[in-house]
Amino acid sequence: MTTATIEPRVTVGDGLRQTLTLAWRTIVQVRHNPWELGDYSIQPIMFVLLFTYVFGGAIAGSTGDYLTFALPGIIVMNMLFVTMYVGTGLNTDLTKGVFDRLRSLPIARWAPLAGRILADQVKQAWSIFLLLVVGMILGFRIGTNLAGLLAAVALLLTFALAFSWVSVLVGVLAKDPERVQLFGFTALFPVTFVSNVFVRTDTMPGWLQAWVKLNPVTHLADAARGLMVGGPAADSVVWSLVWAAAIVAVFAPLSVYALKRRV
Amino acid sequence: MTHAIWAEGLVKRFGGTTALAGVDLAVRTGTVLGLLGPNGAGKTTAVRVLATLLQPDAGHATVGGYDVVRQAHQVRQLIGMTGQYASVDETLTGAENLLLIGRLLGVPRAQAKARARELLAQFELTGAAGRAAKTYSGGMRRRLDLAASLVGRPPMLYLDEPTTGLDPRARAELWELIRGMVASGVTVLLTTQYLDEADELADEIVVIDHGRVIATGTPDELKAKAGAQTLAVRPADASHVAVVADVVRELSRGEPEVKGQLVTVPVADPAVLPGVVRRLDDAGVVVTELALRSSSLNEVFLSLTGHAAEEPSEGSES
Ligand SMILES: Nc1ncnc2c1ncn2[C@@H]1O[C@H](COP(=O)(O)OP(=O)(O)O)[C@@H](O)[C@H]1O
Ligand SMILES: [Mg+2]
Repeated sequence: MTTATIEPRVTVGDGLRQTLTLAWRTIVQVRHNPWELGDYSIQPIMFVLLFTYVFGGAIAGSTGDYLTFALPGIIVMNMLFVTMYVGTGLNTDLTKGVFDRLRSLPIARWAPLAGRILADQVKQAWSIFLLLVVGMILGFRIGTNLAGLLAAVALLLTFALAFSWVSVLVGVLAKDPERVQLFGFTALFPVTFVSNVFVRTDTMPGWLQAWVKLNPVTHLADAARGLMVGGPAADSVVWSLVWAAAIVAVFAPLSVYALKRRV
Repeated sequence: MTHAIWAEGLVKRFGGTTALAGVDLAVRTGTVLGLLGPNGAGKTTAVRVLATLLQPDAGHATVGGYDVVRQAHQVRQLIGMTGQYASVDETLTGAENLLLIGRLLGVPRAQAKARARELLAQFELTGAAGRAAKTYSGGMRRRLDLAASLVGRPPMLYLDEPTTGLDPRARAELWELIRGMVASGVTVLLTTQYLDEADELADEIVVIDHGRVIATGTPDELKAKAGAQTLAVRPADASHVAVVADVVRELSRGEPEVKGQLVTVPVADPAVLPGVVRRLDDAGVVVTELALRSSSLNEVFLSLTGHAAEEPSEGSES
């Protein structure tokens, strides 16, 4: 037997390295199953095409104009859907016993979750990139500059990171991976639609406007629009970050608690 | 350190269910302990506590001298675990699964790859190394799972029902692999609901039922405790089964088991045989089979718990 020296604890550096290794796992999964990549490529492209050609003419006159208004919001909506993959992946690990195996290894306690969330940020970046490219082909124009665009992407990824905790909670509570996706659709659709993503707030009834003005999706879409297209962005950026912080403050402890209960 | 794994008074409750009601066990270094019990007995819970995956509500346990609660990180460096359900990442290939664990354990990439190749060869998975684990058969998956728990060459190995659900051939192959690991000096904690498996592999057996240890000993000691031998009587006429059961119950003071027309009962003293023959003769019962043989662990289990070991399909709460 080779008896290695027994370490009393795991260092943060080790934990980060383990997180990267676990994130690598998720990337390899995509390489093996490129269809999965299709899942989060086809859906956003469909969104763009549908909304542009179904709503575009009616709401804004021309598809290019409509896209310039709606694409930032479509990116936000798609981003929320993509966060659900964190929960699906986590749920698969939990139900297949992979999570137990990871927890029985001498690695940082937080590495399995961090690895999962980090890997999904790569998927996020990919689908944002894809939406921008498709949008530009169809007539979306960036009205600011590269710095504005990068700031918008950074904000979207930050919010996605925060919102991943909602997905983690759903992933821990759900019985199987399919239910995570189902939740994604039944809960996220109303939240994203009752926002200013597709139509301007002032066209809606007053009681609805109150929620729309509170909805983080509205703030995020406004912020992304301001940073990419132009116009005021500072307020909505701040509100988006406040929302992100609030989501982490509520859902991170809940998720960790639920995870401890489940395993 | 004579005891690689040691536990005292382990209690674990899940809501209203008491999965462990004060379990003691000790595994000597380099030996195999068989934790034997029916479905729902608490085997998986015990293994999960010893693997630091669950915290006990009471009692304590050490692995390699380290406390499973307070020194969990140290314990994790000593153990390899193969769960009841093969816990490999199905989307990764066999080789990638092993590489992943090697990398997580801090082994440099080239070495981790070499170790993966070595294990895949040892477990006869070289041909399937590049295929996603979801395409593997049940037996291959178990072998990969076992290989995964050995990446870090742990001195202690937990095997939770390693052969449940495997066909007899895959089962025999896995037994062979486990024997090989034991020969290399690994201490093994094996859970099983197959009594013959414990008999085959274990140096010592702890029988648990409803979260309690009901017997401990070597396979031979347990057989002696529960009745070294089993008396089997088969009457020629099916209507005589009840009479036979009454006679053997009275003389052996054990509870006979009736399977079709065969009546079996554990006996401590072989001298009951002449008495049984005489009594059956008096009652005019003609027998086609009358034998005294060594007890199987199944029979041991029956006499220890008062109920037969349930089939995995029944009481499927775990
Ligand atoms: N996570 C859990 N939540 C609730 N009950 C559980 C949980 N795990 C096990 N149990 C219960 O504890 C008892 C022992 O289960 P387990 O240790 O899995 O038994 P075994 O592995 O011997 O079949 C069973 O009654 C089971 O239903
Ligand atoms: Mg079990």
